[in-house]
Amino acid sequence: MSITSLQAGVNTASDMATGSAGPKLQKRRRSRVGLAMVSPSVLALLVWMAVPLAMTIYFSLIRYNLLYPGDNEFVGLENFYYFLTDEGFVAGAFNTLWLVLSVLAISVVAGVLIAVLVDTPFFGRGIVRVMLISPFFIMPTVSALVWKNLLLHPVSGVLAAVWRFFGATPIDWFTDYPLQAIILIVSWQWIPFAVLILMTAMQSLDQEQKDAARLDGAGPIAIFWHITLPHLARPIAVVIMIETIFLLSIFAEIFTTTGGGPGYETTNLAFLIYSQALLQFDVGMASAGGLIAVVIANIAAFMLVRMIGKNLTDKA
Amino acid sequence: MANLTIRNLKKVFEGIEIIKGIDLDIKDHEFVVFVGPSGCGKSTLLRLIAGLEEVTSGHIHLDDKEITDMAPAKRDLAMVFQTYALYPHMSVKKNMSFALDLAGVAKSEVESKVSEAARILELDHLLERKPKALSGGQRQRVAIGRAIVRQPKIFLFDEPLSNLDAALRVQMRLELARLHQELNATMIYVTHDQVEAMTLADKVVVLNGGNIEQVGSPLELYRHPVNQFVAGFIGTPKMAFLNAQVKASDAASVTVALDSGPVYTLPLDGRTVKVGDVVTFGVRPEHIQVADAGVSEFSVKLDVTEHLGADTYCYVKAPNGETLTVRASGDYMGRYGQEVSLVPELAHCHLFDAEGRAIPKPGAPAQAA
Ligand SMILES: Nc1ncnc2c1ncn2[C@@H]1O[C@H](COP(=O)(O)OP(=O)(O)O)[C@@H](O)[C@H]1O
Ligand SMILES: [Mg+2]
Repeated sequence: MSITSLQAGVNTASDMATGSAGPKLQKRRRSRVGLAMVSPSVLALLVWMAVPLAMTIYFSLIRYNLLYPGDNEFVGLENFYYFLTDEGFVAGAFNTLWLVLSVLAISVVAGVLIAVLVDTPFFGRGIVRVMLISPFFIMPTVSALVWKNLLLHPVSGVLAAVWRFFGATPIDWFTDYPLQAIILIVSWQWIPFAVLILMTAMQSLDQEQKDAARLDGAGPIAIFWHITLPHLARPIAVVIMIETIFLLSIFAEIFTTTGGGPGYETTNLAFLIYSQALLQFDVGMASAGGLIAVVIANIAAFMLVRMIGKNLTDKA
Repeated sequence: MANLTIRNLKKVFEGIEIIKGIDLDIKDHEFVVFVGPSGCGKSTLLRLIAGLEEVTSGHIHLDDKEITDMAPAKRDLAMVFQTYALYPHMSVKKNMSFALDLAGVAKSEVESKVSEAARILELDHLLERKPKALSGGQRQRVAIGRAIVRQPKIFLFDEPLSNLDAALRVQMRLELARLHQELNATMIYVTHDQVEAMTLADKVVVLNGGNIEQVGSPLELYRHPVNQFVAGFIGTPKMAFLNAQVKASDAASVTVALDSGPVYTLPLDGRTVKVGDVVTFGVRPEHIQVADAGVSEFSVKLDVTEHLGADTYCYVKAPNGETLTVRASGDYMGRYGQEVSLVPELAHCHLFDAEGRAIPKPGAPAQAA
């Protein structure tokens, strides 16, 4: 339930971004036949979106705990109050923010560097490109499990073997650095996306511009700063926007590795809502959390669109 | 000073020789145009001079300095690209000052050089704009401005006008000629358009398939093409080529019988051909007159006529199917299919031997191909 409502939030956010609702409305007024024709799908969409949203709002306003069946009396904004003052909320909000920002920074920086490196021709470039993209196609649960059991495991993991080889004590990643470990896994999944977008963008960089810069006395580093990076500004904005929307709702990686722990150390908002609803069976509070998450996602999307969207629609 | 010397320059791309041994001297203040059909290696030659491509073999000297393997920025050359290659995120001013900023030139000096270039190119009011807010001609000028501020020894232009519309192209052509005078600079200019070559150049270098066909002033190329390729490439409409056979030849004249009928005696040095040789008779449209049928022995049929106002181009067909173009006066009225006869000015006609080499005029020093 909470995840669906979060998705609904994302949908509304993207609607706002494209601003497509206005002209559609006008057209509808113009043509009655058109109205009749589209009404079934509009209705279906309304039901699809509005019913879960309405139910979420309704649940968030009543006392509804599966462990204490009884009359679900109306409690006003009590659920919201408890969710916001829950000790998990501050940690969840902070972890969400930290997770999103770290993964964005890592994937954009690594994505730019890899895209630039792969742009110069070398033997086997095609295969390297495919391999660079492939982590993106692995299911989050699977990659989280691979990382947990094969790479980061303190006893049987590859990294532990490396540590032992150099005579160091293996690190128990999910105990000592749980959030960092999750950031590592999520970054590994999202770097390929950044690489894919930026690699494609690199191909549209005008070769003559680089030649001109070389004649102007720019070395490889100056060309990177003054020509390549400005050229990538727009695709980087796209990467940041799309990644943010998905990173706000990271769940599977946390669920399969740390389960939100130790304590609240790896609990983000999506996981907090899940634990309210399904571990504590408090549907009312989970719904309130879901709505709060929708609001947060919308705020984030709105700010991103304000910051980056202008840059995107402003055609060269 | 800017004397460029190129010796036996070769460039191989992926096992294919694109530049096949070029020897060329370019003198200070000269406006040199490389002209040739698309794909003949003009841009490659220019990029070799600029240092943007690595030389396979051969040498390039600028004055007394060998620059064959020098980094592009150190060569004291500036290039204007066909696509302008402006930096899209920088203002016009920043585009022009980029090279100087990188070189660490003092701010005040950069400022004065940029505003001087902007004045010459009439870009003063556009300095704060981004390239995308400029028209094609303005972008072109910014690209030239970027070259000017560096005060290079040689300016390199790679088809700088080919992205402009026809009217603007003529205007920019004049501006380039003016700029050459004003800056008193050495310029190398690449184009596939022989009109640009003829109008701008002090010296034209005709390239074909990675080789130099001929080097000379525009009029030299027009009057004395050394081979059939140059003869066909320079001049519009193209020179007509008709098959012929040598009937008699001596040091001062060659008599040929055209396959299409007439027999002509041309004032050429015929010692390199003998009777019976198959040759090609070349005549430019402006060196033939159209006359009524029966006036001369060269009778042809009118095909299409094009009225350009001042001139009329008549496309005519000889009895053996060969076609040629004739330039007549603007008020010439010919009907499609009409029988007419042609009178070539034999002093301006050319003969080419079986290898395409021109048969020289008497007394003219034989030019190396
Ligand atoms: N970087 C390159 N790699 C391989 N072949 C090239 C390269 N640059 C140019 N060529 C080839 O060299 C020939 C000449 O090209 P170019 O100098 O651009 O001709 P143009 O006279 O039209 O400017 C063309 O056949 C082209 O395919
Ligand atoms: Mg070219």
